[in-house]
Amino acid sequence: MLADAWVIAAKDLRIEWRSRVAFNQLAPFALVVLVLFAFALDSQQTVLAEATPGLLWITILLALVLCVQRTFVTEGAPGLADQLRLSGLDPAGIFLGKALGVFVQLVALEILTVAGAAILYSTHFGSIGLLVCAALVASVGLAAAGTLYGALLLGVRGRETLLPLLLLPVVAPVLIGATSAFQAALGTGDVTFDQAWRWVGLLAAFAVAYLLAGIFAFGPLLEDT
Amino acid sequence: MRRVVHLRDAVCVLGRFPALAGATLDVDAGEIVLLQGPNGAGKSTLLRLCAGLLPLQSGEAEVLGRDLAGDARSVRRRVALLGHGVGLYEELTVADNVAFWAAAAKAGTGEIDAAMTRVGLAGRLADVEVARLSAGQRRRAALAVLLTRHAELWLLDEPHAGLDAQGRDLVDHLVATAAEAGVTVVIASHDLDRATALADRVATIDGGVVAQLSDGGRARRDEAELTSAG
Repeated sequence: MLADAWVIAAKDLRIEWRSRVAFNQLAPFALVVLVLFAFALDSQQTVLAEATPGLLWITILLALVLCVQRTFVTEGAPGLADQLRLSGLDPAGIFLGKALGVFVQLVALEILTVAGAAILYSTHFGSIGLLVCAALVASVGLAAAGTLYGALLLGVRGRETLLPLLLLPVVAPVLIGATSAFQAALGTGDVTFDQAWRWVGLLAAFAVAYLLAGIFAFGPLLEDT
Repeated sequence: MRRVVHLRDAVCVLGRFPALAGATLDVDAGEIVLLQGPNGAGKSTLLRLCAGLLPLQSGEAEVLGRDLAGDARSVRRRVALLGHGVGLYEELTVADNVAFWAAAAKAGTGEIDAAMTRVGLAGRLADVEVARLSAGQRRRAALAVLLTRHAELWLLDEPHAGLDAQGRDLVDHLVATAAEAGVTVVIASHDLDRATALADRVATIDGGVVAQLSDGGRARRDEAELTSAG
């Protein structure tokens, strides 16, 4: 299963390396959203500073939708679904591989958006350890849930508009948990470190739940496409 | 002779339409069987059923000794399907694509190079994105992927489509070589002269059933050789 996951992740990351879509489109998109938030709240610097964690994670969720759409668009070429089913690759491995590909791209986008927020919003970092940990755990959950819903909609007409409609409510717990953890890490809210780590625990539970759901559900989903 | 495909009154429904309406066909190991018939007759459905990609509604269907009604997934790794869609990633190069599918099939790097060389894509075309290839070149790349799978059963849906004369000769050569090595090949084709000459038997499909079976050119050649030798 893990060897198959690596084969799929390497392929997805190679596609990104060749096409540069995440680099040329997703990264600028995330930065544009950050700039727009800055325009909207610039006159109220305190509001902007207070809202930075939430704005960051809303930006990341929007980028996640595009990232997941992108990773499944590449699987939509004629004959690919059949070849994937014939390949003998473990469906759980395919799920983990695709989730890993999304995870890597998300983490790269998060580094960029956090750096962008530091410049645009004059963000100060209180606890880098908490920030990194919360971001990584949240990203695992987002990548797993995004991959599962992306597969669910593979072959469905109008999936481009359906994906955000279905995925964004599902990942709302990540938005809440990651925003709370970031509030403590950036010192912008009244969330204590103890509370923040409890939120990280919730993010981990979310990640595990969606990883398990994907591992068990991806095979039947692949059969239905 | 080992039986590779065994269909008895096989029914396969696509939506509500019975694309196969009781097909009966037996194919032995090393045989080349041509499926001919009008569009919508059920040729592609029969190939996809044999690949374990479509559910059997009723009847019997065994491929490589596995009952498709209960164990369709287990045959997939042992068959290769060249369908209408070539099954290649547009943004990857030819070499990337062949390497990916070969890795999925647990094939070695030596086999990747050999397959690319056999289909004439080992040179400058190896590093070209699939999106930039012509239809014929994509077909060749799909053939290279097929070669790396080391499948026991080849299911070829219009393998000559989009290929120039050289490419068609290449397909015929690959099929004939594979059959000599013991691979079983089922081909659906509208290029009847060429495919009939290649085949041991020709199955005419109409309305989702095998309406007629006749000898192909390969069987007639073998028979003539036996007669002249005897």
